[in-house]
Amino acid sequence: MDRSPMTRSELDYGDVQGLVRFGYGKMKAASYVLLRVKNPAAGRSWLRKATVTSAVAMDPPPSTAMQVAFTAAGLDALGVAPSVLAGFSAEFLAGMTEASRSRRLGDVGCNAPSRWEWGHSTGMPHLVVMFFAEQGGLDALVQSVAGDVWSDAFEELRWLGTADLDGIEPFGFVDGISQPRIDWEQRRDVTGAMNEYSNVVALGEVLLGYRNEYDKYTDRPLVDVDSSSAGLLSAEDAPGKKDVGRNGTYLVMRDLRQDVRSFWQFIYDQVGGDVAEADKLASAFVGRTKAGDPLVPIQQQAIPGIGPDPGQIRRDQFTFDQDATGVRCPFGAHVRRANPRNTDFHGRQTGLGRLVAALGFGSNAFRDDLMSSVRFHRIVRRGREYGGGLSPADAQRRASPNDPELGLHFICLNANIARQFEFLQNAWMMSTKFSGLTGESDPLLGNREPLPGYPVTADFMAPVENGLRRRVSGLPQFVTVRGGAYFFLPSLRAVRYFGGGG
Amino acid sequence: MTPQSNFMILAPVNPQREGELRHLLASMNDAPGRVRADNGLIPFGKFDGLHFARFVILDDQTLDDVGLHNGEPVPIYPLYLAFIGDIDGDADAFLEELVTLAANGLRSIFSCCADFTADTDLAGWLRQHGTPPVAAYVNWPGRTVRRVREEAALRIALESFVDGSSSTLRGMSPREIHSKLRRFINAEKSAGRITLSGDDSTPPAWRIRNVLHLVGVPLLLLLALPLLIVIAPIVLVRLRQLEKTDPELTWRVNPAHSDGLARLEDHDVTNQFTAMGSLKPGVVRLLTVIGVLGTVDYAARHIVRPGRLGRIRTIHFARWVFLDRRKRMVFFSNYDGTVDSYMDDFINKTGFGLNAVFSNGIGYPRTNWLVRDGCADEQKYKEFLRRHTLPTQVWYKAYPGLTAIDLERNGRIRQGLESSSMGEQETREWIALL
Repeated sequence: MDRSPMTRSELDYGDVQGLVRFGYGKMKAASYVLLRVKNPAAGRSWLRKATVTSAVAMDPPPSTAMQVAFTAAGLDALGVAPSVLAGFSAEFLAGMTEASRSRRLGDVGCNAPSRWEWGHSTGMPHLVVMFFAEQGGLDALVQSVAGDVWSDAFEELRWLGTADLDGIEPFGFVDGISQPRIDWEQRRDVTGAMNEYSNVVALGEVLLGYRNEYDKYTDRPLVDVDSSSAGLLSAEDAPGKKDVGRNGTYLVMRDLRQDVRSFWQFIYDQVGGDVAEADKLASAFVGRTKAGDPLVPIQQQAIPGIGPDPGQIRRDQFTFDQDATGVRCPFGAHVRRANPRNTDFHGRQTGLGRLVAALGFGSNAFRDDLMSSVRFHRIVRRGREYGGGLSPADAQRRASPNDPELGLHFICLNANIARQFEFLQNAWMMSTKFSGLTGESDPLLGNREPLPGYPVTADFMAPVENGLRRRVSGLPQFVTVRGGAYFFLPSLRAVRYFGGGG
Repeated sequence: MTPQSNFMILAPVNPQREGELRHLLASMNDAPGRVRADNGLIPFGKFDGLHFARFVILDDQTLDDVGLHNGEPVPIYPLYLAFIGDIDGDADAFLEELVTLAANGLRSIFSCCADFTADTDLAGWLRQHGTPPVAAYVNWPGRTVRRVREEAALRIALESFVDGSSSTLRGMSPREIHSKLRRFINAEKSAGRITLSGDDSTPPAWRIRNVLHLVGVPLLLLLALPLLIVIAPIVLVRLRQLEKTDPELTWRVNPAHSDGLARLEDHDVTNQFTAMGSLKPGVVRLLTVIGVLGTVDYAARHIVRPGRLGRIRTIHFARWVFLDRRKRMVFFSNYDGTVDSYMDDFINKTGFGLNAVFSNGIGYPRTNWLVRDGCADEQKYKEFLRRHTLPTQVWYKAYPGLTAIDLERNGRIRQGLESSSMGEQETREWIALL
């Protein structure tokens, strides 16, 4: 039965993969396997029977979870019709490693896909299966899933192991603090301009098939009703069509190797070995203290989507409005780039003030209105660390010959890769011109590649006093991209549909 | 001040020589999207007053939309070559300089055009093929290429001085810092390492024309007011009817087309943008687009604040040009960032202006009273625009690596340096620019 086009139907958590709703933080063990399809029929058969964990909240919560996501090549290999594939976004279809895209994402120089360990040419996975379990339970889970049909269907390209660092990423900072709160109940009204920063994003910014921050449905494959598509949900905005994308999302995965030794060695060099000063400079890079506290004071006024958990309020109830000069938290700090916490109209004008601002006669401050409104550029992060930690003190010692590789399997979920992940990565992370800066990209992620006509890209400006800045020059590249791909994380119904199970 | 102006040479391509032309244009680049400033055909870098230039073959891939819009046969237009530039000073003087410095290159290129022969008088031909815009935008009137370069050098000199003497400066008051920096720059100027040229005087003829335009346009409107009062409601009502029924032609862009455009983009912090399409037929749409672009042009010349087009601060130069007796329109711009962020900026910040202009083009996402909706349908709009975007074969920018914001900052640094009337707070803000 088709619903009328404009109803906001209730969400069926049982159809959504659990990772969208949960980080599975209690499941300390996780491993992701990149697969290529060897035998499409066997692959489909495995999909039909796969027990993919849904987003239904359970009491007690499950002790294991399995998730599955596909690249465009993977869907093609499984026999998904070209006409269906064509409905996915251009970024997903072209993939992360297309040459012009690499330029935009900063995947050049040491980050170039030709140097990746996986994710390009023959290393292109067809799908990723993600296993999560409580400590000690991972092997059993993998064994229960990877049986005969599995071996028949897939070739294992690579296992990506993760490490439980207790929420601390390898540089030593608390990770994954700021996350948008998804508006699961679809109560968010985005019909007018947003004057206040909110941490809530429309459901359609994460899940396909629902209204996004523009109050529109993001493009995705819609198919005619037939025996194969009968099991899919209908499209809210196109009655009579089945929605392949609904309750699914795009999963961006990037293998980010972190050079922890270089990071702390550089910082200690800069401050002449002083521990407190080193922590201060590292915090300026990140935009938070190691413990995760923001560098600007939290505000009294509540922010929608933050709280009531006091821990979240302490770490996240702030904007940069009180730090317009970037004295507390540098403009180029990682968290300020990743989420400038701005609004549609800088300065919160209404009525006439808004008209004046819209015509360009508002504030004449140099940094006024330089950034796009953040609500169109949020992502849900689900990354996990790998390789273990290295304390700042240890990081200063010479590396042993078998120094383990440390890093992050960055994972984010979004409905529109171009507008969300790619925009963030390009305009805010890699850009040397972010927020009126020039000559510096993200202190953590930047590739430091020179620009034609403007070779300085490895600076970092830390404001001091009287408007004077302290310029840190010659930042090495601390993070190198070692792999990556765009995946589609389908609904449970779509998993069965791709399996040919109708 | 030295006002900026622009030129556009527009000529139909000789169909037999299109391949040769494309080859010639490609030979001016090191790689697609990366021009060689000292290429053998037009050594762009030698022209001191040239900000931006491009060669683009106006090969509209969306002509079939005309047939879909009103069921009429698809018109046949010539394939044009456009050569455009944004310059300091007078366009005629620039074209003379062009002929002096690049006659052979220009002849090679334009000999691929239909009416150009070996004995054509080049200068006369260029003048004859000049095509004025309906509306043009200059980010910062009066900012010459020379000033851009001098101010960029000023900033670098100041920054390295500040870096080198940070321990001394740290204990100083903002005003003390300011005068110390001023002394340093004065010394650099005396030593000939820094030049900060003053503004040339404004050409009297330009000044008179500008004042006449400033006063004349409102006067004419005032005279025409009785007529406008009668016509405007009719146009509006008819417009509202039309926009309810005009078809949206916003299907997914062909990936090959889009990839071809992307190959030319993001080689610098600034990108070129060329988009063209057919205007919706009928006098109502024509009056609307002329009215809206007339307003844009007037506002750009006399009203907008330097550095800002509405809320947008990333456009260096832009212009709209009618083609084929106002049946078609081309839009050219030079903007900072990627095309996606450019489109986001427009949608989120100046959607009303975008709608008012481009909704008069065939296929645009449905608007509501001209300025509402339209591009707010983000994805449809992006597909529409990408479909209408043309590959720009050759694109030159005089100051690679610098965004409009960079230029504004450098200008503010210079202004502050030369100012002796800044208060304490103002001085602190000025220092923060470094």
